[in-house]
Amino acid sequence: MKKRRNWIKVVLIALLLAAALVVDWPGKGIHITFKPLHIDLKGPDFKIKQGLDLQGGTSITYNADLSKTPASEKQNAMESLRKVIENRVNEFGVTEPVIQTTKMGGQDQITVELPGVKDVNQAMDLIGKTAQLDFKELSSQGTPESFGLTGKDLKSASQTFDPNTNQPEVSIVFNSDGAKKFEDATAQNVGKPIYILLDGQIISAPKVNEKISGGRAVITGQFDVKEAKNLAIQLNAGALPVPIHIAQQQTVGATLGQQAIKASLFAGVLGVILVMLFMALYYRLPGLVADASLVLYAIFVLAIFKVLAITLTLAGVAAFILSIGMAVDANVLIFERMKEELHHGKSLNAAVETGFKRAWTAIRDSNLASIITASILFLFGSGTIKGFAVVLIIGVLVSMFTAVNVTRTFLRIVIKQKFLTSPKFYLGAGKETDPTSFKKLRGAGK
Amino acid sequence: MNIMKYRKIWFGISLAIIVPGVISMFLWGLRLGIDFTGGSMMEIKGSQDIAKVTSIVRGDGVEVSSVQKTGANSLIVRTKEMSEAKHRDVKKKLSDALKVQETQYETVGPTVSKDLTMKAFELIAFASVLIVLFLAYSFRKVPKPVSSWQFGVCAIIALLHDVLVMLGVFSILGHFLGIEIDSMFVVAALTVIGFSVHDTIVVFDRIRENLIKRGSDDFEELANDSVLETFSRSLNTSFLTFLVLLTLFLLGGESTRIFVLALLVGIATGTYSSIFNASPMLVVWQNWKTKRNK
Repeated sequence: MKKRRNWIKVVLIALLLAAALVVDWPGKGIHITFKPLHIDLKGPDFKIKQGLDLQGGTSITYNADLSKTPASEKQNAMESLRKVIENRVNEFGVTEPVIQTTKMGGQDQITVELPGVKDVNQAMDLIGKTAQLDFKELSSQGTPESFGLTGKDLKSASQTFDPNTNQPEVSIVFNSDGAKKFEDATAQNVGKPIYILLDGQIISAPKVNEKISGGRAVITGQFDVKEAKNLAIQLNAGALPVPIHIAQQQTVGATLGQQAIKASLFAGVLGVILVMLFMALYYRLPGLVADASLVLYAIFVLAIFKVLAITLTLAGVAAFILSIGMAVDANVLIFERMKEELHHGKSLNAAVETGFKRAWTAIRDSNLASIITASILFLFGSGTIKGFAVVLIIGVLVSMFTAVNVTRTFLRIVIKQKFLTSPKFYLGAGKETDPTSFKKLRGAGK
Repeated sequence: MNIMKYRKIWFGISLAIIVPGVISMFLWGLRLGIDFTGGSMMEIKGSQDIAKVTSIVRGDGVEVSSVQKTGANSLIVRTKEMSEAKHRDVKKKLSDALKVQETQYETVGPTVSKDLTMKAFELIAFASVLIVLFLAYSFRKVPKPVSSWQFGVCAIIALLHDVLVMLGVFSILGHFLGIEIDSMFVVAALTVIGFSVHDTIVVFDRIRENLIKRGSDDFEELANDSVLETFSRSLNTSFLTFLVLLTLFLLGGESTRIFVLALLVGIATGTYSSIFNASPMLVVWQNWKTKRNK
């Protein structure tokens, strides 16, 4: 009965491993084509996201000034701020930007991460701009007069093309307030130009052909696509709902990040190989089993990173390496305990079972303490600290599975193989333990 | 081997390491990075002419805090917080005059930095309290007269010992080698806390097991046995973790080196404190309780 249960576990572990390997497969996922049967299987395409400190890029944190925003609207204002910034960054063609609203010590913030951007300056100019949009008409005296229509009334602007002439133009959409004001303004100014000002500068002066209701308008003029795009971006800039100021900025050159990851990866792999060598030499057969579960551990963790789309930063890499230490520790604890049990004259079978059972409370409590610390970091830390904590939590949880369950499952199979039961294969316990009693007791334990 | 018998020596060794560090903290304080103080930090590649770089940045009206050599042909320039316009101006002037390239730039405003300092203390305090509570709960089955609270408190004292050693060592390193403490140091400290408690719990777990098995008649001997029984595990695990960190320190990226150094110091002291401080302290406490009750 027990034997069969162990084999079921082996099958389960194998299935998990297969799933993890599909996720881990580099490139565009696994692609299996079997022509005769017209089968085209494609595995999922997961990518490890690299943080800015690894792939290079710029991270900017802005403090949002919500002092003039009513408390009930704060959340809304932040969300629309995020959207506006996202629109502008997207129009700029940055690949995979991350724009997040965060809170730090009661201060509302917005963090913009621009990976690998060369034109950081331009992108930042665009984001940081707190320009005021204004619409004006020429009064009868020839002086410009405001309609009271401002950026607040604008919902969005985008670059489009005139369906008839194919000329680039800018479409603008007003919110309901703005639509009403715009309708009045156009009604009074048919045949005359309306001036659109950004920071007091005229950026466009379209002529009003007719009264415009419905809150939609198109600015046409002599501009090319790029200019129209910039105008749309600027108009969106004017629509920034909350003033922002740079609180923190970090730029990492792409080469520096790549060098760091290469060096750290190499060192990490070398370190782990040394650890595996030590385990195999010091604990022999169980050490090899532990090494196998350590490899599984790495495969599982990598798959989880990919599925949960976790952004890996340098701090995350450090946490990963640390969690390897904890995974190894669990097996060291178990094997040391097994060794003690063997010294006390227990059979191999009994020593393995007792070793796992007795070591469990120590593994459980020490890992729980690590999870408590990591959870606090995750809940209350920010940025780097949070990234570190996530990786550590995942690492500890997976290590509790691989180092305990996987190692035990494999070890149970290994000790059943008659040719592998010589004491010299185990933990270096053979020297001090009388080989005959070792063998005899193994038999008695069955 | 009797570890408990020589506990005064172990405590003495701890003091011998902590006291100079604490003195250094009083004399020179900690060398805090811009994460804590606010300001700007620029790493440039292509020149190590400190005097010239300093004068160019100063000439642009920026207050320079320090200019330091780093890595191959690179400099780190630390200044008061620069506006983005100023940063671009300085960058242009430097690249015009010295053909240097900016490889890294970071600026931190005063609100962010103040917050991080507070948060670091809060997080460490909060984590400590939760760990005491967790241990008190987890060890609730230890037979009287030993109280489960003693385990929690002793683990935290060992933990504070480790944080003090780390702070002290980095205060000294900061003064003599100009090594700064940044937000990654906070991460390292929190990791060491986790590791130290992890290590301590393994020993305490054995004390718990032996207490339940043997009772608390001779607590000192029982604690000593427990430490010895878990000794090779403690050494092996710490050695292996140390090994990985050491390869990272020697061969890993420049940007994580200080972080890894902090971890190395922390893991070394964490191993020491879990063997030579936490359990001996438990013995001192228990002996004192027994004496008082007589």
